[in-house]
Amino acid sequence: MAGAPLLQVDDLHVSFHTPDGDVRAVNGVSFTVEAGKTLGIVGESGSGKSVTASSIMGLNRIGTATSTGRILFDGEDLLAADDEAMRRHRGNDIAMVFQDPLSALNPYYTVGDQIGEAYLVHHPKAKGTEVRERVLDIMNKVGIPNPTKRVEEYPHQFSGGMRQRIVIAIALINNPRLLIADEPTTALDVTVQAQILDLMQTLQSENGSAIVLITHDLGVVAETSDEVLVMYAGSAVEQTDVHSLFNTPMHPYTLGLLGSVRSLDDDSRGQLRAIPGLPPSLIKPPSGCAFHPRCAFSGEGGAPCTTEFPQLLRVGSTSTFSRCHLPDETRMHLGAQAVEG
Amino acid sequence: MAAYIVRRLLFAVVLLFAVSVVTYLLFAALPTDPAALTCGKNCKPELIEANRVRLGYDKPLVEQYWRFLKGIFVGRDYGVGQAAFSCPAPSLGYSFNQKDCVSTLIARTFPVTFWLAIGSFVLWMIIGVGLGVVASLHRGKWQDRASTVFSVIGISMPSFYVGLLVLFTFVIWLGIVPFPSYVSPFEDPVQFLQTMILPWMSLAILNAATYVRLTRSGMLEAMNEEYVRLGIAKGLPRRTVVRKYVLRSALVPIVTLAGFDFAALLGGAVITESVFSLPGLGRLSIRSVSDSDLPVLVGTTLVAAAFIIVANVVVDIIYGFLDPRVKVV
Repeated sequence: MAGAPLLQVDDLHVSFHTPDGDVRAVNGVSFTVEAGKTLGIVGESGSGKSVTASSIMGLNRIGTATSTGRILFDGEDLLAADDEAMRRHRGNDIAMVFQDPLSALNPYYTVGDQIGEAYLVHHPKAKGTEVRERVLDIMNKVGIPNPTKRVEEYPHQFSGGMRQRIVIAIALINNPRLLIADEPTTALDVTVQAQILDLMQTLQSENGSAIVLITHDLGVVAETSDEVLVMYAGSAVEQTDVHSLFNTPMHPYTLGLLGSVRSLDDDSRGQLRAIPGLPPSLIKPPSGCAFHPRCAFSGEGGAPCTTEFPQLLRVGSTSTFSRCHLPDETRMHLGAQAVEG
Repeated sequence: MAAYIVRRLLFAVVLLFAVSVVTYLLFAALPTDPAALTCGKNCKPELIEANRVRLGYDKPLVEQYWRFLKGIFVGRDYGVGQAAFSCPAPSLGYSFNQKDCVSTLIARTFPVTFWLAIGSFVLWMIIGVGLGVVASLHRGKWQDRASTVFSVIGISMPSFYVGLLVLFTFVIWLGIVPFPSYVSPFEDPVQFLQTMILPWMSLAILNAATYVRLTRSGMLEAMNEEYVRLGIAKGLPRRTVVRKYVLRSALVPIVTLAGFDFAALLGGAVITESVFSLPGLGRLSIRSVSDSDLPVLVGTTLVAAAFIIVANVVVDIIYGFLDPRVKVV
């Protein structure tokens, strides 16, 4: 299967049944990730990025979710796989790093037990000494000092950054080919954030794993990702490589996101430019383009923003795909303007 | 750890001492004359006086209490000459009603209560936790509703009613087991089991109800924990996740409550023992109340209090083992 991407998501739809109606959390998302590459998925809270991640892990199977589409992992459709086949993938060749290391570790068992358990479940014949060796080895790799002593300790005896290293160790102990990181640095101090991102990149280059990085932090995306998917209200609104995203953003929402970040060499003063309004309801999304109630350019030049749901189309001859009714020239112009300041 | 246990035990002794003072004073304040109860209706005043002296009720209250306390450690002698008798340590007094030392009475009745408590405890923990787990894993389905019905019945039915219902169903109606008549398990194990199965069942039905609710809610709460999701994301089989992640978190409050419930039962199950005519501590207490047999009442109260206090210490120590975040030192 040379040349085929490791992960290919086709037209993924996920909805949850609630008493108030169906929440359409993900609405037709498609992307591919190649081995050794990182895809960043960016969006506000409730944009569907975490649901996309847990769909790949098969974590939405428990509960009231309905998923359609295809999630091809090395050619195998994970959505169609049975529970046992999915369980064998989980934590083995597809692993996940959770957002909040403070709540992601079981408080009742030692970290050694929890890391070892992840190895043992996929290597049931492994001997105790082998498991222990693997655990100490991975703890060393993720930078936990003095592993022989700390392996016997409980999660509450570790700092937040150290706990995230343990969560990463759990994810990496089986050398996964695909790593899904759901806001891995959100709960951490800024200095620790950089360490954790470095760590993930180092381990990626050693193992050649593909990474799907979920984040709302554009700084993290700029530092780590090769490709970027910007999500809004369950749909991809812009899909491009990382350079194009920052140099020629093509969707008003992306413009808004970029505008709400302040960089160090930014000499403008005063308030940050926030995107006005709130993310829309996913039970009853707005008509037409889901972003139109918050968009500064809605309806400009007679675009049918309030009535027609826009398609995800390539913008001109660029490598960017964008879901917007505005004419390409207008957006290229706006993007250039925004980036220049 | 050892220092902590010693400290807790010392405190428990102080607490027991306080309980003994309060109980003793409370019963001394009752408007009954213990000496007058030592002989029948046609008692001569001289005999009452003689018994009063013999039992030490002529002394001031503080001295009475002191003798009681001393008796616990060194035993106690009553009367002089021909009529003299003694209750060896640990003496909790002498019951003129039953013509025996209180400690002897308690030692005789306690095994019955102990067997009753341990059997029903095992049964209700299995039923309660088991049903709770099943209910939480099938939330909203018929298994969940059935266990809700069971626990509502168990919580709302009074114990004498459940006891009578069980007795009627299995002894009179179905006739599966003979009418309960207690023997020691070492004497006749078959009759022992036939006698105990019904009281075990009725206590289990009554107590399991709380544990069904507690286990179910604890499990459902734990299922939302992020670490349970991580357990699933590791690729652990469902059974491992339920046992090691979900049930394990729900266990801490269950164990705490179980410790206290078990201890309370060791102090005597008054109603259940009466319904099934088991000669246990509860029956002893009830009888001493109706006979105004104060020495026995003080004795059984103290024993029951001791179980609760010891359970407190034990539960705290177990808590330290169950939850590594709790430092007991």
